[in-house]
Order: sequence, then C-alpha cells, then structure tokens
Amino acid sequence: MNQLERLEQSFATEPVPFFEIGDTVRVKVRVVEARASGKKKTQEEEKERIQVFEGLVIGRKGRSYSETFTVRKISFGVGVERIFPVHSPNLAGIEVVRKGKVRRAKLYYIRDKKGKAAKISEREFSRAPKTHKGTTATEVEELPSDDTNSSEASD
Amino acid sequence: MVNGLMGKKLGMIQVFDESRSLVPVTVVEVGPCGVVQIKEKNHDGYGAIQIGFQEVPERKMTKPQVGHLKKAGERRWRNLREFRSTGNAELGALITVDLFAKGDQVNVQGVSKGKGFQGVMKRHNYAGGPATHGSMFHRAPGAIGQCSYPSRVFKNKALPGQMGSKRITVKGLRIFDVRSEENILLVSGSIPGPVGGMVIVRKAG
Repeated sequence: MNQLERLEQSFATEPVPFFEIGDTVRVKVRVVEARASGKKKTQEEEKERIQVFEGLVIGRKGRSYSETFTVRKISFGVGVERIFPVHSPNLAGIEVVRKGKVRRAKLYYIRDKKGKAAKISEREFSRAPKTHKGTTATEVEELPSDDTNSSEASD
Repeated sequence: MVNGLMGKKLGMIQVFDESRSLVPVTVVEVGPCGVVQIKEKNHDGYGAIQIGFQEVPERKMTKPQVGHLKKAGERRWRNLREFRSTGNAELGALITVDLFAKGDQVNVQGVSKGKGFQGVMKRHNYAGGPATHGSMFHRAPGAIGQCSYPSRVFKNKALPGQMGSKRITVKGLRIFDVRSEENILLVSGSIPGPVGGMVIVRKAG
C-alpha cells in the first residue's frame, strides 16, 4: 500500500456493508428537498429525507475510496440504472434484500433480457470472506420507516 | 517568512467535499523547507529568501554546493529556490506546510509533461482534414498566411514544434486539506507535471 492509497483510505471512516454482484439491495439515498417556489431558500429550510432505490447490483467498478456500484431496477416497465459511489456520504445505508447466484462480475446481459430470463436465482450461503473490513448487512443502522419513500421501491 | 513553498506531486485521488460530491484533488508533499540564504536589498540589490527542499546526503553534493549550504546549518538540500520575503526569517529555520490553511487559494507552478515534437492538431487543436473519401489532406496545418502582402508569416503563427516540458502556472486552486503531520497538501483540481515532479505552491493574490 503506497502513501496515496493510505491517504485515500483515511477518508473512508465508515464501514461499508457487504454486498455482491447479483444481490438485490435497498440503497437509502439522502435527498435534499427543494422548497416550493416563492419561498426563500435558506440553510434552515433545507429539508433532508431518505429515498430508497431498490434493485439488482449489476456491477462494481473502480477500487478503494472511489469505487462505484450500479443498481438496476424496472420502474413502470422501463429499466432504470443508478450508479452510486460506495463511500458516498449521500448514502444512508445499503441493505441486502436477497442474495443472487451469479457467475459473472458484470451482469450487463440482464439489460437485454426480460421476464423470467432476467431473473437471478437465490444463493443460500454467503460468500462473505472473514477478512472483509465491512460489516454485514444486518448490522447497518435501521432508519425510521416513515422517512423512507416506499412508493419508489414498491413496483 | 515566505509566500510559498516547494513540493513534490504525489498523484491524484478523489474525495467527497462538504456538499457530498466527489471531487478530484492532487496530493502534494510540501516541505519542510529550510531557509538557506536571506538576500537583502542593500547587499544583494533585492530582497528574497532562498529555501531548500528534499534532503540529500552530503556525499551526493559538490563541494561548492556544500559550501553554500554550510552557512545555514547541517541540512543539505537538493532543490533551491528563491521566494519573496513576507517577514523576518531566520537562517536555518524550517518552514512547514502549516504556512497554508484549508480553504486558501494558491497558484501552483511546475514543468508540464513533455510531449515531444507535435503537429498542429495535437499542439494547437487544428481540425485537420478528412481521413477518407479520397482526401489527400490529413493532419497538415494548411495555409499559414496570405500572398504578396505581407510576403511573410506572422510571428506567433501556431505551427508544429515542441509541446510540453514548459513551465506552467495554474492559478486560483483551492486547498482542500492540510495534513501537517505527513507534510501533505491536498489541492483541488490538477497541477502541472508528472507524479514525482517538483512544483512550487504559492499563496494566490
């Protein structure tokens, strides 16, 4: 590990929950709400809430502090993909809903499949290595459910 | 004291800022720099402070270099530069990265990466010609002037030549963070030169 990597690691203070490619995750994203027009926007008036994006992890990219992961879901019949930085302070938590059995590091082929072909079968045993620095998904702090935007994830 | 210090570019990383967005920062090892010589107006004709950066063993120096550095103490420096004086300085004193504070604006000077002899498309962003369809004009500069008047090519006409390896100053960069225990400065954005290259970080304004 060189000096640059050590420095980069020093910014990663919070442990990242363990999740893998093929897992279905609930990503809790902090969203700063804009006030209705006409009202003056001040620091006090900015309200923050948690939005949930639930979908399949189809890839992880990059390494160390600047690693990102891609989550795909089907929203109203349209495929939606969001890329999140793993260490982003905008993320309030990552929760593994279902573990997937996959043999690939990138599940880009899922984009061309639909229906049953796009399904990933469940994996029973966790492959989480003992040396992994992150916590398991269950250790992630639970947030009050009234804060979450369930309509986003219900489809 | 001085208005700037010498440093070594260590590379770039990405970090999250206060607004939680991922921003690029350059890691620079700055100082500690020792005061080697103090030039005074009535003695040298101008006032300045000469400082040294990167310590080296004495066996790697020539005798004239050692003779010059001996006047300021035991330390032997690889690089010497003069900086404008911003107050009293003591011969042999060490100036650390604490000269800078988080949020300060700095100008960073360095020698850009050398690209060798390059054509006009890479060096001056000329458009060039079509690659195919029978075109016989690809990467050449094209016309470089008029006819009987002026009967010459104007000075500063952008033409092929050496690109890079040039002293470049990037102005108004913000200091993202100062790690004084590691002598490290995090500067937002990119700075000239290769990793390991020497740069000069000066306070802006």
